[in-house]
Amino acid sequence: MVERYKMINIAMQAANNNLALKLSSSKQSAKRFTKIESRDVNVYYGNKHALKHVNLSVYKNEVTALIGPSGCGKSTFLRCLNRMNDVIDICKVTGKITLDDYDIYNSSLDVVQLRARVGMVFQKPNPFPKSIYDNIAYGPRIHGIAYGKAELDEIVQNCLDRAGLWKEVSDRLEQPGTNLSGGQQQRLCIARAIAVNPEVILMDEPCSALDPIATARIEELIEELRENFTIIIVTHSMQQAARVSQRTAFFHLGELLEVGDTKTIFTNPINSCTQGYITGRFG
Amino acid sequence: MNNTLSTSLNKSASSQTIRLPDFSGSHLAKRYASERRFRILGIASVGVAGIILLILLSSIVSKGYSAFWLHKVELNITFSAEVLNPDGSTLEEVKLKQANYLALIHNALKEKFPAAVGNRRKIRMLYGMIAPKADLVLRDMVLSNPSLIGTTKKVLLKLSDDWDSLSKGFINRDLPESDRRIKDLEINWHDQLQSEGHIHSVFNADFFTTGDSRNPEEAGIYSSLIGSILTLTVTLLISFPLGVMSAIYLEEFAPNNRFIDFIEININNLAAVPSVVFGVLGLAVFLNFFGLPRSAPLVGGLVLALMTLPTIIIAARSALKAVSPSIREAALSLGASPLQVVTHHVLPMAMPGILSGTIIGMAQALGETAPLLMIGMVAFIVDIPRTFTDPATVMSVQVYIWSDSPERAFVERTSAGIMVLLGFLVLMNAAAILLRKRFEFRW
Ligand SMILES: Nc1ncnc2c1ncn2[C@@H]1O[C@H](COP(=O)(O)OP(=O)(O)O)[C@@H](O)[C@H]1O
Ligand SMILES: [Mg+2]
Repeated sequence: MVERYKMINIAMQAANNNLALKLSSSKQSAKRFTKIESRDVNVYYGNKHALKHVNLSVYKNEVTALIGPSGCGKSTFLRCLNRMNDVIDICKVTGKITLDDYDIYNSSLDVVQLRARVGMVFQKPNPFPKSIYDNIAYGPRIHGIAYGKAELDEIVQNCLDRAGLWKEVSDRLEQPGTNLSGGQQQRLCIARAIAVNPEVILMDEPCSALDPIATARIEELIEELRENFTIIIVTHSMQQAARVSQRTAFFHLGELLEVGDTKTIFTNPINSCTQGYITGRFG
Repeated sequence: MNNTLSTSLNKSASSQTIRLPDFSGSHLAKRYASERRFRILGIASVGVAGIILLILLSSIVSKGYSAFWLHKVELNITFSAEVLNPDGSTLEEVKLKQANYLALIHNALKEKFPAAVGNRRKIRMLYGMIAPKADLVLRDMVLSNPSLIGTTKKVLLKLSDDWDSLSKGFINRDLPESDRRIKDLEINWHDQLQSEGHIHSVFNADFFTTGDSRNPEEAGIYSSLIGSILTLTVTLLISFPLGVMSAIYLEEFAPNNRFIDFIEININNLAAVPSVVFGVLGLAVFLNFFGLPRSAPLVGGLVLALMTLPTIIIAARSALKAVSPSIREAALSLGASPLQVVTHHVLPMAMPGILSGTIIGMAQALGETAPLLMIGMVAFIVDIPRTFTDPATVMSVQVYIWSDSPERAFVERTSAGIMVLLGFLVLMNAAAILLRKRFEFRW
């Protein structure tokens, strides 16, 4: 019990730290660098118009939170950014999405390369049914990132370390990743994603299946990862959005209703719909 | 708080708008009774299936176990030089291969039962005691050790089919003599030999080392076992890669269009086509058009591969479908190409299911006779096939051939052949289980 309290304390502290960092980061906003830009993006599932005219800029080394009621198209938008929607036959995407000013829906673009640059963490932890080591090593192996076993070992250790998992699993790297607890599995998935050295990490409700302590760890991790990556996170928790993100986008019925600095959105939203959602009057 | 809740519940119950779950005795009893009924029915059906299987197996075993033993008689054979070397030439010149070893046996028999000498009917009966090719045993002994010539030695010789049946107790001695294949005199001789301890029961190793024969005592399963192995090898080598490749393409890569739907429907229909049709096809295409040899394991394997393909494709597709989409997404999101997703993740995870389907298909192929009859694998094969184009037969066809013969020894070999077939099947399954273990993982 005592330990649990301690952990929650740590989590709270981390959240406070985030707030402090956020204040400092908002000062840098003048130097913001656009990493991803979507222009008039529409997505259709067959006849269903799931995303309507979305214009959203995502800045480098920032955490952008996507919030909104269920079914409003947050996951759909996220999956447009690494073209995971290609897998769905009935899904059609129009408009323009650029990564570093390059159109990712350009027909000459290699989707595999795009996905190596834009990693993804899913709602349900989905480690491969392989050893912890192989889970992390898989990405570097297929992309030829590591030369030799020693380098691969180093990458595995480094990624597990950054995901805060090294201490817990260093003595059982050969065990199946699927044997870990839910929170550990999700951190394993994050470690797996960063092992490919992506530029952007997409996270679709990464904490929805986790307990508060595991959630706090992941939030800490997101804050640390922000230094090197651009992160877009879908979340249903207003507190989480407030804690981890610098910018927040509010989706409603497939439309992007409002986007802005997290502080502004949460303290002084322009749209009444946003205000209603944030304060919990609907959603 | 509690109070208000219960009163509100009471109120709604009395106003008949909301009913609480019915916990009354009759409702429960009904549910329990139906559950009990279901369990009893389930156990009963498993029991019936088990009993039928048991009856089947025990009838096969009780008819066939005797084929694994046979009886030999011990005779004092004199390797007399006069018989083997009648013209008195030196040993190097003696054509020991062509010598009359049968005469040695006949001499020994006459010596044992002198009373029969002089009566042609009795002599023929006496000579009928020994299996037709028993003299080859003597030849081999002499060839490997020529110094035997001139000595006398006790030798075990195979009894003929009828005598073996008598030793095994399958001849009904109460029948009138005219209705028996074995006459009273033979029974007397047999009993005399038995009481003197000259009749021995030994393991029938020949059954596992020889091919088919016109003489039931000589017939063995070995040539058809090898035929089955060769045929199934061809079947596996063709149907497994083809089936798995087609399943992967249809399941993972094929576009969603009419043409693919059409192919799918045809594959499902193909699985239901009677196997003999594949035999007709094999006859028309492989033999008549391509001119491949008749009765060859190659052609048999091709025909059976056609028959097995749909089974493997259907099983492999459902195994691929069962792999969680989240694994595909995980791999794709790491930048794995569609082919890498399949070969690194989906296929290994689907392998246990694919192997199960393959084993079902191979088991069907192992037991198949009809299509093989069409391409001439029903031939009488004495020699052991060595290559994929040698004439061969398979175990199921061998069993079918034997089941047509009235001799007691063939009857028991029919059941023994089925037992070997089942044993082979068990081995195949065991191999598949071992392979599956390698691919299995915990979630
Ligand atoms: N694969 C799909 N096929 C058809 N419709 C889909 C599919 N995925 C999502 N949708 C629809 O698109 C809308 C947006 O879904 P989604 O992006 O998952 O919402 P959320 O904001 O909850 O993540 C929903 O109405 C959903 O029904
Ligand atoms: Mg979603």
